[in-house]
Amino acid sequence: MLVASAEFVWLLLRSFGAGAEWRRILPRLSEQIYYHGVQATPIVVFASIFVGLTTVVQTGYQLQGMVPNYFVGMGVGRMLLIELGPVFAAFIVASRSASAMAAELGSMQISEQIDALRTMAIDPYHYLCLPRILATTCSLPVLVALMEVGASFTAIVAAGVLGISQEAFIYGITHFVNVHDFVGGLLKAGLFGLLIGTSGCFFGFRVQGGAQDLGRATTNAVVTAAVLILISDFVMAAMLFSR
Amino acid sequence: MIRLKKIYKMIRGEPVLRDVSMEVPDASCCCVLGRSGAGKTVLLKITAGLIVPDAGEVSYDGRALKYGILGNNQEIIRGTGFLFQHGALFDGMNVGENVALPLRERNCIPTIELKERVQNILAQVGLPGSVHLRIRELSGGMIKLVALARALITEPRYLFLDEPTGGLDPVSRERVINIVRSFRAEGGTVVAVTHDLDFAQQLADRIYLIREGVVHLAEREVKKEDYE
Repeated sequence: MLVASAEFVWLLLRSFGAGAEWRRILPRLSEQIYYHGVQATPIVVFASIFVGLTTVVQTGYQLQGMVPNYFVGMGVGRMLLIELGPVFAAFIVASRSASAMAAELGSMQISEQIDALRTMAIDPYHYLCLPRILATTCSLPVLVALMEVGASFTAIVAAGVLGISQEAFIYGITHFVNVHDFVGGLLKAGLFGLLIGTSGCFFGFRVQGGAQDLGRATTNAVVTAAVLILISDFVMAAMLFSR
Repeated sequence: MIRLKKIYKMIRGEPVLRDVSMEVPDASCCCVLGRSGAGKTVLLKITAGLIVPDAGEVSYDGRALKYGILGNNQEIIRGTGFLFQHGALFDGMNVGENVALPLRERNCIPTIELKERVQNILAQVGLPGSVHLRIRELSGGMIKLVALARALITEPRYLFLDEPTGGLDPVSRERVINIVRSFRAEGGTVVAVTHDLDFAQQLADRIYLIREGVVHLAEREVKKEDYE
């Protein structure tokens, strides 16, 4: 466990280490952003509808009639921005991207393509890992922002349907949710993206055997990314949002 | 000169190579023969710096390969080309992109010159006009020839070949033999692991036999019984 953790950190440091030529990395980075960011947009936006609906239903169920309606708006807004938006979007990207990276790099490992890069004096960490880790790190904050906008919009619509005054609900969102909440949520998203990309690459690079090992690697990549998201979520929450 | 000194390697608790020492002089061809699973590919990968030996040293012109965090063998590796047993081509790229990859990533070569060199090397291995083919459209033999073209395009000083003639038709096999012969004639150094006795006897200056993890310098005439 300790050795694996050290190797995980080593892969991250090695990927960002000296010697990376940005003019060669940028084309591959744009390819990876397209796959891990742009192509993930529809599912994130679709999920945001249900995140918004569920949050307003649950918050309304617990608070409606007990506190003024703008408190419901405040609670929903802050929950979406600092917690639910980043974490749900990160889970979606983790299940999509970490598994894809582990499978792709794992099959490259099996078919000796990664060794082939080494024999060509091409650093596989710079060539394969860096664009992928950067892609999830850059894409996730954008996806989180999209999820937050989508979820907030559907929450406002749902509030009206549930009999919560929309004016009061919007007042709660606009007056009690601040820039710090929004930026904090995006910072968390950036860190989650970094961990998702690193987890996918780490387990992909560790594949040694055949199809069975590849299957294990994809599962481990997703599970590890999810656990790391939750751990880092707590650490970031303690750093950014504790009084 | 490539020198392997007292190489020892265990895989899953079993010794694959034991106390292996070998020398490959410059501008020579050295073939390693042995039964399937004897450790030939492991030996070749250790020589090329792809696998870290448990003990021993690999050196190029007296400069030892370094491993681990501080290991940086880029300068040595830049002078090598490696043909993998199954090609190890990138299936997301076409033939031309695969062959161009080492040059494109390592050197700043104008696109026109790069295309020209790719065309030339593909013609040399007998696959002119295959630049735009996808890897999944190639046969096993064609994959090997494309991989050979990729290994040669950087004009390496050392060429490592893992089963260079496996799966090739007689014409392609003869072409590979001629390419390796001219590579060596131009001063290149070849290390090949193979089952192909005829390939070894036609080209090798030295033949090593690997048996139970131990490497022996063989006679020029190797017979099937020598494998046992």
